[in-house]
Amino acid sequence: MGLAKRIIPCLDVTDGRVVKGINFLELRDAGDPVEIAKRYDDQGADELTFLDITASSDNRGLILHIIEQVASQVFIPLTVGGGVREVEDVRRLLNAGADKVSINTTAVLNPQMVADAANRFGSQCIVVAIDAKKVDNKPFQWEVFTHGGRKATGLDAVKWAEYMASLGAGELLVTSMDRDGTKIGFNNPLNRAISDAVNIPIIASGGVGNLQHLVDGVQQGGADAVLAASIFHYGEYTVKQAKEYMAQHGIEVRL
Amino acid sequence: MKKIDIAVVDYGMGNLRSVSKALEHVAPTKTVLVTSNPEDIANAERIVFPGQGAMPDCMRELDSRGLHDAVLHAAKNKPFLGICIGMQMLFEHSEEGDAAGLDLLKGHVKRFSAADMKDSQGAKLKVPHMGWNQVYQAKPNVPHALWHNIADGERFYYVHSYYVQPADDSIISGFSEYPKRFTSAIATDNLFAVQFHPEKSAGAGLQMLSNFVSWKP
Repeated sequence: MGLAKRIIPCLDVTDGRVVKGINFLELRDAGDPVEIAKRYDDQGADELTFLDITASSDNRGLILHIIEQVASQVFIPLTVGGGVREVEDVRRLLNAGADKVSINTTAVLNPQMVADAANRFGSQCIVVAIDAKKVDNKPFQWEVFTHGGRKATGLDAVKWAEYMASLGAGELLVTSMDRDGTKIGFNNPLNRAISDAVNIPIIASGGVGNLQHLVDGVQQGGADAVLAASIFHYGEYTVKQAKEYMAQHGIEVRL
Repeated sequence: MKKIDIAVVDYGMGNLRSVSKALEHVAPTKTVLVTSNPEDIANAERIVFPGQGAMPDCMRELDSRGLHDAVLHAAKNKPFLGICIGMQMLFEHSEEGDAAGLDLLKGHVKRFSAADMKDSQGAKLKVPHMGWNQVYQAKPNVPHALWHNIADGERFYYVHSYYVQPADDSIISGFSEYPKRFTSAIATDNLFAVQFHPEKSAGAGLQMLSNFVSWKP
């Protein structure tokens, strides 16, 4: 037996509150990130990812407070992404208790920032998030997009993944913009192409609708970890059920 | 002088909050101090020596803060827990940046060679070794105090590209496989050190930290 494939629930946070993360029937629990994080920890989540989707920069500091609270009560790795623009942002998040920081748009605008952050804090805490879309009429299959999928960059997602790994990224979070929110499964050909091209772990994201999708993400897409939001948030499945299903299908997980 | 139960050695390499929070969680009545003061390390009852980043940088920062001798002295004399790079630095030398270590223990720190790493089904194994892997106890019949209430084969959280190769096999207290066996825990009289991160390993990790806090070597 060896290294387990990881399951990572993702929590969207805005203005200091978790906006997904609970069953609609339990609205009184809404926005308590510590309680939600603890619940996922109890279910056996291998890591947690917090995505700060706050639009206004005034309220961005609130994520630090949330991470501080969660980090003093939940002892599994915590990744934070969203709005990370400079090395100083990375430092602040790590000091608040994040173990890894995910860099997305800034990596495209200023790739040197990825190298600087990796040099300063170590590759182990630098995740580069790649949002990719299938494209036609280009010399490559998948293009990198930024700004939440609104801006095309002209970059080949597979080549971009290789470049980010060479700059010192310790892990890649690969989100298929075509699949995100569709519940039809990960984009496994995209994930497989990136996983084969780089030697660092990749996290598959975008499109999970059922537990077989998680299995396919590992077996077909070559993902080292699978990230999902809605199937856990709305109580369709627990993390434990997901792991048991994966184990039944021959995938090594931490149970 | 204030009594320090547990000193977490801070040599400026990254975030020690996870380690100190986890210790406070398992030992709410103890004083946990994150410190870069050699006097605190000399006075503390027990020492946690964490580490992240690259070993050459860690050694340089340790030296520049005048902590080299204090850490070495503590590692020989009081309950001492090394974590990750804090384990690697106890050895003679690392392949990472061709760096000299504290040379308390004989042996070397090697890099996983990504080129020839495949799992049993032929899939490529990534470096860093990141995630939850099983830890087997070297002497499960006579378990070390730090393995108390921890199952043989329990999973702990790892993130590293280098691992220690002790010259003396008898100090090996735990090992994992990736894909070959590598040393993931060592024990000497008053010292225990692990390659994984107990502070990020949920219940099993907290159990190990709790075992360390009450350990009487």
